[in-house]
Amino acid sequence: MRLVARILVGMALGMGWLALPAAQAQQRITVAAFPAVDEIVRAALPAWRQLHPDVEVAVLSRELNDHHTAMTTALSTAVHLPDVMALEVGYLGRFAQGAGLENLARPPYELRRYQPRFVAYAFEQASTPAGAVLAVPTDIGPGTLLYRQDLLARAGVSETELTQSWEGYVAAGVKIKTATGAYLLAHARDMKDILIRTGIRPGDGMYFDQDSRPLVTTPRFVRAFELARKVRQQRLDARVTAWSSDWTEGFKRGGIATQMSGAWLAGHLNNWLAPGTRGRWRAAQLPEGAFAAYGGTFFAIPRQAPAAQKLLAWQFIQLMTLDRARQLAAFKSQDAFPALLESFDDPFFDEPLPFLGGQPARRDWRLAAAQIRAVQVHKQDGFAREVVDTELDKVLERGKDIGAALADAQRLLQQRAMR
Amino acid sequence: MKLPLPRLSPRWAPYALLAPFLLLFLVFGLFPLAFSLYLSFQSWEPTSGLAAMHYVGLDNFAFALQDEWFWKSLVNTGWLALASGLPQHLVAIPLASFLHQAFKRWRNAVVGAYFLPYITSSVAIAILFSSLFSTDYGLVNLALALLREVPLLGALLPAQAVDWLNEPDALKPAISMIVFWRYVGFNVVLYLAALQTIPPDLYEAATMDGAGRLQQFFHITLPSIRPMIFFGVTLSVIGGLQLFEEPFILTGGKGGSDQAGMTAAVYLYRNAFDFNDFGAASAMSWLLFLVVALLTWLTNRAFRPRGG
Repeated sequence: MRLVARILVGMALGMGWLALPAAQAQQRITVAAFPAVDEIVRAALPAWRQLHPDVEVAVLSRELNDHHTAMTTALSTAVHLPDVMALEVGYLGRFAQGAGLENLARPPYELRRYQPRFVAYAFEQASTPAGAVLAVPTDIGPGTLLYRQDLLARAGVSETELTQSWEGYVAAGVKIKTATGAYLLAHARDMKDILIRTGIRPGDGMYFDQDSRPLVTTPRFVRAFELARKVRQQRLDARVTAWSSDWTEGFKRGGIATQMSGAWLAGHLNNWLAPGTRGRWRAAQLPEGAFAAYGGTFFAIPRQAPAAQKLLAWQFIQLMTLDRARQLAAFKSQDAFPALLESFDDPFFDEPLPFLGGQPARRDWRLAAAQIRAVQVHKQDGFAREVVDTELDKVLERGKDIGAALADAQRLLQQRAMR
Repeated sequence: MKLPLPRLSPRWAPYALLAPFLLLFLVFGLFPLAFSLYLSFQSWEPTSGLAAMHYVGLDNFAFALQDEWFWKSLVNTGWLALASGLPQHLVAIPLASFLHQAFKRWRNAVVGAYFLPYITSSVAIAILFSSLFSTDYGLVNLALALLREVPLLGALLPAQAVDWLNEPDALKPAISMIVFWRYVGFNVVLYLAALQTIPPDLYEAATMDGAGRLQQFFHITLPSIRPMIFFGVTLSVIGGLQLFEEPFILTGGKGGSDQAGMTAAVYLYRNAFDFNDFGAASAMSWLLFLVVALLTWLTNRAFRPRGG
């Protein structure tokens, strides 16, 4: 037994030694984030120290998917939980299905009081049908159509022609392809992706309605599939997926004439994707008066985090999301489009963007932000997206009938909807 | 002053010495097994915490058995296991036999070269092969293009560059090739070890009786290495049915176009971590275990010693 006693004493001493620095140190909160957001958080630390000189902030940074997997694990076991977690909108929808995040509508946060200060759709995205608000929006991704002005000019296509209707967009693509050889867009799937996002009835989700009935056989999906097939049949898509090397090469060489995306893409194009094409791009609103969001970031507090930390975490989130200066700083340094409305009157919005030939495009994006509507999230959205993409591939690659493809998708989603 | 070192009494020593293994086995072996069995009877929204589990009986198993994608993934797994496993042995046995006879001094070096892929990191392998299989710039398509020039042979080859990693029909052969390449050396080592235990006098006697090389191979070599074939095939069956890393990395963790590269192991991982359904994922993993157990039993029946 002496041995056991020795081991126990040793362990106790070891733990005491480990605990010692923590006891001496000042208060500390942990913020878990992914690239770009981690930079924004770090840039806010001097401002935080002025407000709370005695509270240290540790920033934990992981790659986007790894970050969200780590957050899932941390929430499921309540071990190694950060005090503040950054969440990308797609994952927020998933996490909102569970009870892992603190309801910020309740006291002491009472986030609803601040609701009018945020871009409406972003706040909606963080709210559940039951009235809880699980996260605070910090940046948004208003959708835009970026296009190559020089290629359009060579093909004699005007911006109006390009954006009047989706059919007109495809017709303009034919002209562009004939005159310049450039593809209209990167992948026919992009066409489907935007079309299933538009014309969603209030209360419906993208793939499921309020009662978890799949919606993939509705006219919205039929039209999306038909137009995507038309794009492929006319050979208007480069058949490259976003972020692949062929995609970036397509932008560098002017092989892709338009790209629908979040406004942030203009920043990426300028900084590293295709800096050589500066001045040749323009931004327009999406065709046919469509408004859609491409991404967005939120801050949330885990419900199981220590109570004493939660208040500090909340104060930190307030600094990041309700402080005009912080929001604008993130916009200027990382193209993180602000979710805080009171930053919208800054002269920065009127500045010409050299990459877009001097166009003050942020004004358009600001307009778009006001028009976007939040879409109900369903916990099977991730699966649904994959099923729909698979069926679209079959339509595009193997000529499968659209009705049959969507019926197959519907059947798979029905089986999964109530899981 | 020198402190006396703590001494283990002989009564406790075995336990203390076994403890590191037992501890690791409990934490990383037994606990996950038991937990996944428990999970397979629960419905669980993981982000709500451990308390959010509730018992659903056999629901997860019923769902898995009705899930088209689960069956699809099982078919994929079977396809890949067969297409990568069978050639492994059909090539490894004659190859080992050849190496056994042809190389004396350099045998170990040659075997080492064959064994190398087995000990290379699978991530490195998958990255390397994704560049080899690239549609426009990959060496595999380049080689095919050169072979196309050869008369007669050219007609048998695809007329255009193959989109190995995006074309559902091409993805499975691509994955099988990698798995074959990776494990054939391992099997060669197994069979070579078995060949070395065959007494040379059997061959001498056979030669005296006028048996040719082929007759010796079929009547002495093959029956003698039968236990090793059983062992190797069992490993291939288990490994093939659990295939995960190669398809996972080659398809960016998704399973590829039309889920052509989505093995059962990839699918159950995705169910848990992409689709948040840990219950169904656990149920599927136990169903997969049943399949592995059944096939191992069948392998055993096929290769067990007859007669005695």
